[in-house]
Amino acid sequence: MSEILVLVDHVDGVVGKTTNELLTIAHRLGEPSAVFIGSDVSSAAEVLKAYGAEKIYAVSSADDSDFTDYLVAPKAEVLAQLVQQAQPAAVLVTANGEGKEIAGRLAIKTESGLITDAVDVQPGDGSPVTTQSVFAGSYTVTAKVTKGTPIIAVKPNAATPEQAEGAGAVEQVSVSISDAAKAAKIVSSEPRAASGRPDLEAAAIVVSGGRGTGGNFEPVEALADALGAAVGASRAAVDSGWIPHAYQVGQTGKTVSPQLYVATGISGAIQHRAGMQTSKTIVAVNKDEEAPIFELVDFGVVGDLHKVLPAA
Amino acid sequence: MNIVVCVKHVPDATADRQFEADGTVDRVGVDGLLSELDEYAVEQALQIKEKGSDDTVVTVLSIGPEQATDAIRKALQMGADKGVHVVDDAIAGSDAPATSLVLAKAIEKIGSDSSWDVVMCGMASTDGGMSVVPAMLAERLGVPQVTLGSEVSLEGNTLRIRRDGDTATETIEGSLPLVASVTDQSGEARYPSFKGIMAAKKKPMETWSLADLGVDAGQVGLAAAWTSVESTEARPPRSQGEIVTDEDGSGAKALVDFLASKKFI
Ligand SMILES: Cc1cc2nc3c(=O)[nH]c(=O)nc-3n(C[C@H](O)[C@H](O)[C@H](O)COP(=O)(O)OP(=O)(O)OC[C@H]3O[C@@H](n4cnc5c(N)ncnc54)[C@H](O)[C@@H]3O)c2cc1C
Ligand SMILES: Nc1ncnc2c1ncn2[C@@H]1O[C@H](COP(=O)(O)O)[C@@H](O)[C@H]1O
Repeated sequence: MSEILVLVDHVDGVVGKTTNELLTIAHRLGEPSAVFIGSDVSSAAEVLKAYGAEKIYAVSSADDSDFTDYLVAPKAEVLAQLVQQAQPAAVLVTANGEGKEIAGRLAIKTESGLITDAVDVQPGDGSPVTTQSVFAGSYTVTAKVTKGTPIIAVKPNAATPEQAEGAGAVEQVSVSISDAAKAAKIVSSEPRAASGRPDLEAAAIVVSGGRGTGGNFEPVEALADALGAAVGASRAAVDSGWIPHAYQVGQTGKTVSPQLYVATGISGAIQHRAGMQTSKTIVAVNKDEEAPIFELVDFGVVGDLHKVLPAA
Repeated sequence: MNIVVCVKHVPDATADRQFEADGTVDRVGVDGLLSELDEYAVEQALQIKEKGSDDTVVTVLSIGPEQATDAIRKALQMGADKGVHVVDDAIAGSDAPATSLVLAKAIEKIGSDSSWDVVMCGMASTDGGMSVVPAMLAERLGVPQVTLGSEVSLEGNTLRIRRDGDTATETIEGSLPLVASVTDQSGEARYPSFKGIMAAKKKPMETWSLADLGVDAGQVGLAAAWTSVESTEARPPRSQGEIVTDEDGSGAKALVDFLASKKFI
């Protein structure tokens, strides 16, 4: 069986849930090899092994700031080196801003095809078959890489993480990063404050508020907390400065596909739909019975969210 | 200073977008326009010009079919100085690596007269874009990648952005020349003024073919793509469920009953 490289998403050694999902997918396709770029692999190694990593490449450089102080390019350089060395059957990265850019550069470096935003990846004839959701969720597309090493950027929640004890053999890899890859410097970095609520992209339930909240998100947050849900928002709410951009659902925000999505005071513009249309169950509260969001709902309440939500 | 803004002509997202039989996006049957996310790139380029020196030239570059001139024209109306349209039948169906190859060659050609300083891109094409072309361009051109900026400033030779990353908010900087991209948080794009619309009619627009760029037709297009679409399927439209109208608290009760019936509470 051939190796599947998984780029590990971590913050100071703490492994993100998407990595466990990628390892689970890698397990379907071949032998998962985790690529950990950073200084201390020890705590991450346990997790990576538990989710099926047969091999763990612990990549370090003479100067660890090579990986923390520069944008994207150093990681792409590391992966290109490992692709050449290990000749994997595929490379999986998380489909977030950074992951996709790393994948893009890797594709050019290795002359390999790239598929982004996969919501499913299955073994295929010669190359894995990916599923993507396009045109605001109105089409499902399956595709394959036909050149080089398949590089696939996978959306969060594309698989349910499954524990699968791997050998977890740690292989130290030391690299030197070219000066060219150290050209875009990260001069400051401020970690995002945790909200205390479930992560928007991973949550089983999302309650979102739009312009109709009038800037008062309290009823939205209260309903979210009662349901154990994450809070989301439309761009109109973000643009008004009522809530940070990290909460935005839609084309230029997060894509969510929870069991339940509750849209309150949101009209349902195509760009918002793009981020929530594939949710299992959709509920809306909107005072305008003509609001397009009602075309999508399993259940809708025509009414004032400030009256309906607190009473629910 | 020379700024090149890369803009794409895309099918209107509010129309019924669809696929051709070969799995490529239908670019003829659906009305197209300048990708809204590229308007932000045009805006930031214009702001750099306005804050900088008068001799700054903003060139709008687009690869696409005949109609893509409309997208370039719109950017000229907004205030860009000149347009370059790369059009060639062989380009149809190109994937991101091929698009970035042609863009890189065109940027090099633009820079052959007087060197370029900033390539400004949008955060993604609105037609199923992958948000990868700017990173690929930086890789191909061998310059810094300062991408996904929600705030942009230029000081001397240093371009700085705020990047709302996945786990942190970062400040990123690079020295010119470089490739930048901006998000829809970077600041509202201007509308073309009447004066702008009139002025755009006289602005120069060049049309280049692959041969002009020295790109072999075999390197681009659907047949040369590094990925292949196996199937496209329209998702069945969602059917509308029950809608109730709130009267004196009945809405809240109905909502709770629905959530309970689905076992969410
Ligand atoms: C390139 C591009 C990208 C975009 N990306 C995104 C994106 O990622 N995410 C996104 O959301 N949008 C995005 N948009 C914006 C999108 O087009 C809409 O403008 C936006 O989604 C509207 O937000 P809204 O529904 O909150 O506001 P509106 O459209 O103004 O709707 C507000 C709704 O609230 C209802 N309402 C008002 N008061 C009450 C009340 N008291 N109780 C109940 N209901 C009430 C109204 O009836 C109305 O339906 C994008 C646009 C563009 C051009
Ligand atoms: N055909 C094209 N012509 C010009 N610029 C493009 C083209 N395709 C993509 N771009 C640029 O690359 C950015 C990201 O595109 P994408 O990777 O397709 O999502 C866009 O916002 C544009 O700035």
